[in-house]
Amino acid sequence: MLLISLIVFLPTLGALAIAFMPSKKDENGVNEKENQNMLLGATLAISIATFLVTLMTFLFAGDTAFDTELASMQSAFSVEWIPSFDIAYAMGVDGISFPLILLTTGISILAILASWSIKKHVKAYCILFLLLETGMIGVFLALDFFLFYVFWEVMLLPMYFLIGIWGGPRREYAAIKFFLYTLLGSVLMLIAILMIYFNSDLTLLDPAILAELASQNVISADVVSTVAESTSAVHTFNLVALAELAQHTDSFSTELQWWCFLLLFIGFIVKVPSIPVHTWLPDAHVEAPTPISMILAGVLLKMGGYGIIRICYPICPAGGFELSYLVVGLGVASMVYGAFAALAQTDFKRVVAYSSVSHMGYVMVGFGVWTLVGNGDYWKMGITGAMYQMIGHGISSAGMFFMVGIIYDRVHHRNLNEFGGLYGQMPKYTALAMGLFFAGLGLPGLCGFIGEVLVVLSVWRFSPLLAIISASVVIFTAGYILWTLQRVYLGPEYKGPHAEEIKPVNNREFATGAILLSLAIFFGVFPNSLIQYMDKTVGQQVTSLNEWRVGYEDALAHAEEADEDVETDEQEGDAAEEDADHEVEAHGEGESASNAELSEVALVN
Amino acid sequence: MELTTDFYQLIDALKADSANSLKLFLPEITLCVSIVLFLAVRLITNKLDLFWVALAGAVVGLIFSNPLQLCGGDVQSEELFTGLLVHDGLTIAIRTVLMLFLVLFLVFTKISGVPDRDDGADVYSLVFGSTLGMCLMASANHLLIVFLAIEMAGVPSYVLAGLIKGRKRGSEAALKYAIYGAGAAGVMLYGISLLVGLTGTAHLPTMALSLAEVIPAAGLGEQAVLCLAAVMISVGVAFKLSAVPFHFWAPDVFHGACAEVNAFLSVASKAAALALLLRLAVGLGSVPLHEIGPTRAFESHQETSLSDVTSTQWVLLEDDSDAVEAVVDGDSSTVLHVEPQEPGAEEITVVDVRHEIKQAYDEALTPVRNFIGLLVAFFAVITATFGNLAAYGQKNIKRLLAYSTIAHAGYMMMAISPLMMMLSTDNAAAEEAASALIQYIVVYLFLNLGAFAIIAFLRNYVGSEEIEDYSGMIKSRPVLVICLALIFFSLVGLPPLSGFLGKFAIFASLADGYSTAGSSALLILLLAGGINTAISLFYYLRVIKTMVMREPNEEHHLGDRPVGRIEMAYVILVTVPTVFLIVCWQWVAGFADEAVKNFIS
Repeated sequence: MLLISLIVFLPTLGALAIAFMPSKKDENGVNEKENQNMLLGATLAISIATFLVTLMTFLFAGDTAFDTELASMQSAFSVEWIPSFDIAYAMGVDGISFPLILLTTGISILAILASWSIKKHVKAYCILFLLLETGMIGVFLALDFFLFYVFWEVMLLPMYFLIGIWGGPRREYAAIKFFLYTLLGSVLMLIAILMIYFNSDLTLLDPAILAELASQNVISADVVSTVAESTSAVHTFNLVALAELAQHTDSFSTELQWWCFLLLFIGFIVKVPSIPVHTWLPDAHVEAPTPISMILAGVLLKMGGYGIIRICYPICPAGGFELSYLVVGLGVASMVYGAFAALAQTDFKRVVAYSSVSHMGYVMVGFGVWTLVGNGDYWKMGITGAMYQMIGHGISSAGMFFMVGIIYDRVHHRNLNEFGGLYGQMPKYTALAMGLFFAGLGLPGLCGFIGEVLVVLSVWRFSPLLAIISASVVIFTAGYILWTLQRVYLGPEYKGPHAEEIKPVNNREFATGAILLSLAIFFGVFPNSLIQYMDKTVGQQVTSLNEWRVGYEDALAHAEEADEDVETDEQEGDAAEEDADHEVEAHGEGESASNAELSEVALVN
Repeated sequence: MELTTDFYQLIDALKADSANSLKLFLPEITLCVSIVLFLAVRLITNKLDLFWVALAGAVVGLIFSNPLQLCGGDVQSEELFTGLLVHDGLTIAIRTVLMLFLVLFLVFTKISGVPDRDDGADVYSLVFGSTLGMCLMASANHLLIVFLAIEMAGVPSYVLAGLIKGRKRGSEAALKYAIYGAGAAGVMLYGISLLVGLTGTAHLPTMALSLAEVIPAAGLGEQAVLCLAAVMISVGVAFKLSAVPFHFWAPDVFHGACAEVNAFLSVASKAAALALLLRLAVGLGSVPLHEIGPTRAFESHQETSLSDVTSTQWVLLEDDSDAVEAVVDGDSSTVLHVEPQEPGAEEITVVDVRHEIKQAYDEALTPVRNFIGLLVAFFAVITATFGNLAAYGQKNIKRLLAYSTIAHAGYMMMAISPLMMMLSTDNAAAEEAASALIQYIVVYLFLNLGAFAIIAFLRNYVGSEEIEDYSGMIKSRPVLVICLALIFFSLVGLPPLSGFLGKFAIFASLADGYSTAGSSALLILLLAGGINTAISLFYYLRVIKTMVMREPNEEHHLGDRPVGRIEMAYVILVTVPTVFLIVCWQWVAGFADEAVKNFIS
């Protein structure tokens, strides 16, 4: 418990420490060189320490080490926090959150490495950055819905200021747009959270399941004993318990699940982002400083995907089942729209931003393809692919934004039509950029490929039409990426603005890019290094949801049968009446009478 | 002869009652003594700074309101002064909040320097007088006291609004406030008299009892009069809460009066008005158990007046067309026909019978509860929405905060609706709704006090309250700006700041009400609350944006004097709860839960 709390709050403690460090700056808020080095160095040290603690906790330490054979929550704990609302301070990791936590802490280090271009108000920047990191890690670790929501919102404020103070010319507009979209989404989410909370009842849950959860420390033993004694409903915010409730009891009605799925889904796709709520993303990316773009693309967008797979599907399976075409449809639409929009851009950073919209579409598609074909193997493949795509995109998009940032720091513009010929002047940089952009493109052997292939394959069983569309998006992706590379790096020598300031990348920049590129290659060549962590958890979730689905469809079929029974009864009744009519006719008691009846029937008809 | 003995007995009973009541009335008495001291000390000497007297008075008042009593467990509801006031957990909680606010407020005025030493006596006696009225509002149990308390709280505030002499805007604000106040009070008094005329009493529990008997048999005319009375009384309360459409005074008064007075009006006055609304709503919507004595129970059993009540068909009081006709089955009254055989059994049946009777009465009062619930819901939605929308265009920070207080009054009123809808069907959940309101009030105290304190300090430094003049303030006064930003984000309701928790509690009670009572009005409230939260972000953010992201305006550059240590310490002291309450939220939640524990019986 202490170690996990330390991972989350180490950045906050660091931010507190940095708040007391001296900050020397001139009138315009530009920090002195030495001071800047000290502040950023301290931040870097803190984020590296966080990463190391994470690694130590989950990979090397004895009892908290992550067990790839376990599908359930690991190293979990749950402590009473606000008993009035049954809110607990509960955290834990499983195969879904673990890779994302590593991604978060890793990308944070690289983003700090990319932060030396920040010259103004460095101290405030460092503090906000570290607070943001706490929020991000917290979201992935939280097992309590309320805690999840708090961390989710904690990210908003630092992000707003990071874009709004250190951003480009239209930073205020971009920052408020980001803030407003996310806040609106999360308010809808809050409503769904409350509805779920008040309809949950732990007393309905099988005591065996509850005991198992308690043995995993997902839920505290006190709660279990309260449930055993209680005569009235015991509400809960515990994500795992809520999922069990949804899948094994009927405490959430289908209608409730449908609505809550929709509300939560809107809250999450704002973050993903999917069309039609993606419009904040290009603005935020373009205006944000390079390291913040890296965080935004590399980690923040993954929150949405994580929310969908951790919360939407397990807690509102009926909604997810009924709305699966909406999820996949929106995903495919985002893929197509993002690719076309990227083709049309002339701003280097906007191209990368729209490529994020397109690539995150794969994630939604992968989560949405809920089919029972092959014992749900296709859905498992889709989810695994989507998870892989999240990690892969986290690496490649962070890399792409970093590449854009490097050239922007030198020539101070991002207009694609004025670039060209950087290859000759900056060979190392160009090599890194080519590699990272190809990773984004999904070239085999690089990290983007695995996720895309798994997702596209899984769609075939869900809907061939959507599969064809999503497969063809790869062509457009190749189109805009190759065209961009051609316009920026190839061609005659660069003659655009600030040509004299072009100089080769320095060691810090090269190291950052090289780390990203080598990660991209590593995950492209050894996909199992990542899949082994999520395999069990994803498998278990798919199995469990499919079991639920079989029950759900049976119930639906029963309901229909019951309806049909009623109908057949009615038909039998009709038949009896007709028999009576025939008898009347057979007795031949006046054809006129039967004619009259017939005409009456005709009239009625 | 008999008459005189009766008379003496009455006197003795009154004596005992007063002696008992005075013990629980000590905070108010402290306030009165302080007021007398302010006026008397000035006759003797001019050298003593009255601030210290006032602070001593407020601290003694805080000690006497005895918040620790809530930790000690069960606080029973007790009627004071022959039923004019009531002393229960809610009284203690609101009185504590008011006294705590008074202490913090006095320190704040001392630091900010308004009022100066000459004005001290006047201002402090006005503030204490107004607080006295607010304490009475929080413990009122009789419509006469309701009216007196509102006036007692109101009249000094009219004067306070015009505190700074010679300022046109201030005088205008004071006049406007006084006229609106007089109008609202008049309408409210008319409503009270209608209600009293119909029920024959002004004592709230008795009134609920007679309403329960009147309503089932009420004709259309009586129903109309009842509705009219309820609406008229709500005008008076809505004026105090600055609820739309009775909010017009608020922006002008907040703009005209100084920030110190604004803090007082926005926190203390609002807390008291909400407590009063709570008392009126619950008082009229249910019959407290202790009001149904054993004697009454058997009387009604003999006279079978109750079964008359319950077996009557009655029509909902609401004037909408879907007036549901409900028949209360007479079965519940059959339980009353228990023949007392053994003494022990008799006692048990008495208790049971009382519950049965209460249930029957409460059921008869369903239309009252629905009416109040819908009325408050209506006020809450338009108040929150209008307040947030109107705040957009404001250029003056105090005007902006005036609209923000209006919006927050709307949020707080939202808690009353689920309370009324769940009352008597699910009393535990209803108490949670009341508890949510108290949690919000506690949070709100720190938020608005902090906001106005920072505005007052900034006024002392830059001499302006226009948002435009705050641009680039972060460079010269970072601590104040960061604290103000935290307070504003807390007012929006962003986690992990405390404002979120207040809002969460209220939204939770709305969601609970919706899933138990199933009233779609509550779902509308919940959605309205959510959307309002999102749109309120804009105008708070505009102020912060101006202060943090804009360059300092050279034309309006009004001095770079650094902020004093005491100011800084005070602002941090008030902001710290905003940031850290989330860690120990259970303290606030527990305090509020205890406060309303026996509120509904």
